[in-house]
Amino acid sequence: MKVAGLGLLLSGWIILMAALPLLPTSGERNCFVAAGLALELVGLILLGRANRSLSGASE
Amino acid sequence: MIPLSDAASAPTLALCALLLVLIPLAPAGLGLLNTGLSRSRSAAHSLVGAFCLLSVAGISYFVVGFCWEGYPGASVHALHLGGTAWNWIATRPPFFHGLSWTGAAESDAAVFQLFCVGMAALIPWGSGAERWRLRAACLTTAFLAGFVYPIFAHWVWGGGWLRQLGSTFHLGSGFIDPGGAATIQALGGITALAVVWILGPRRGKFPSNSPPAALPAHQIILTLTGLLLTFVGWLALNALAAMLFAGVPLARLPLIELNTALSASGALLAALVVTRIHFGKPDASLCANAWTAGLVSSSAVAAALSPGGALFTGIVAGAFLPVAIEFVESRCRLDDPSGGITVHGLAALWGLLAAGVLSSGAPGQLVAQLVGIGTLLGLMLPAIYVLYSILNRIVPFRAHPDGELAGMDLHELGAGAYPDFVLHSDEALPR
Repeated sequence: MKVAGLGLLLSGWIILMAALPLLPTSGERNCFVAAGLALELVGLILLGRANRSLSGASE
Repeated sequence: MIPLSDAASAPTLALCALLLVLIPLAPAGLGLLNTGLSRSRSAAHSLVGAFCLLSVAGISYFVVGFCWEGYPGASVHALHLGGTAWNWIATRPPFFHGLSWTGAAESDAAVFQLFCVGMAALIPWGSGAERWRLRAACLTTAFLAGFVYPIFAHWVWGGGWLRQLGSTFHLGSGFIDPGGAATIQALGGITALAVVWILGPRRGKFPSNSPPAALPAHQIILTLTGLLLTFVGWLALNALAAMLFAGVPLARLPLIELNTALSASGALLAALVVTRIHFGKPDASLCANAWTAGLVSSSAVAAALSPGGALFTGIVAGAFLPVAIEFVESRCRLDDPSGGITVHGLAALWGLLAAGVLSSGAPGQLVAQLVGIGTLLGLMLPAIYVLYSILNRIVPFRAHPDGELAGMDLHELGAGAYPDFVLHSDEALPR
């Protein structure tokens, strides 16, 4: 889960960055930037859950 | 940017020198704030650690940090991708070599950031309080100040690709961060998140089958005194950063000072009202944290918005802070004694977003701000988390359970901060 979270965070950033040079119109670009951020949010939640379960196990 | 001829004028030089003298009050205040918010058994450890981290950060930045950060106009490496030159790192010699000490803006920026990087290092130190070994914190700080901070700061303040989003992709004026909300506060906040994840909670914080225990601050007066120092330091920080990195003229400095004060005041009063409604009485430590959150968000907006916009930003930051702290502790089960994740991380991200939404800049400014926020979360957070996890394997972060129980003062320093008093019982207060 931790690796998946990190992977999603990075993937979200790559989508966000790729939108800048690849998409010419601002509408499409904004959609991809929003999608990238949403993916990052999912990655953040996954990473948080992974660490939460780890800390719970060590308590 | 300050033109060199302007920088050479006596009033500008005098003002820069004065602001540089005042800026260390911000990390000093943060050190006191962190110490007051921790328990008495680790008070000396917290403050001594703050001095150690400031020293390590300063030396690391002096030796290699400024090499990667540089200053706009200096030589850089650019990566050519998709028909665009991505300015991603500076190439300066180490040890501040080549800086002229004749009033050039570059020299002022170098010294200024010696303190900024120390401030960024203190944010995770407060979040990892009472369980983070000092040697591990020093090691991570050396990497933070020598590599992580300077590279990101180059992108924002050194004329890097985030700053150039306006010219390369027509996104407003590019990513704007006139006071260090991203480079210092958000970066410190996400570093704090990585540290808290790696360290885990303090012993007794999350008892099984019951809500999180309260581990109360031991010296709220120390915390509030720290706030006063922080305020003065922050006024200087926002003003000098805006002059050096956003090219704000001297005439606009009073507006920046006003916006900083309004943001902090709005945040404090909003938190006071929210905690009064929520708990029946205002909560001192949450109000203190809200004041800091207001200052943090002001770093993003003080030079970019009108006074009304800055006040609104502060009010939102302060109103949501108690809720955010509760959420982070209860739902995310993160043990963050100083509130670094919310006070510095979340408040800074909110400020950066507000600068994009409320500023009357060119179209695309909000997207530029979102790209900056996305870079912090999507690139810097995983990078810091992986780096710190590797360092944790080399020098374990977490103190021995016995040491944690006795307190970090006795465990790592050999003497308590308050030897004449028996101040603490063993366990936390039930809620």
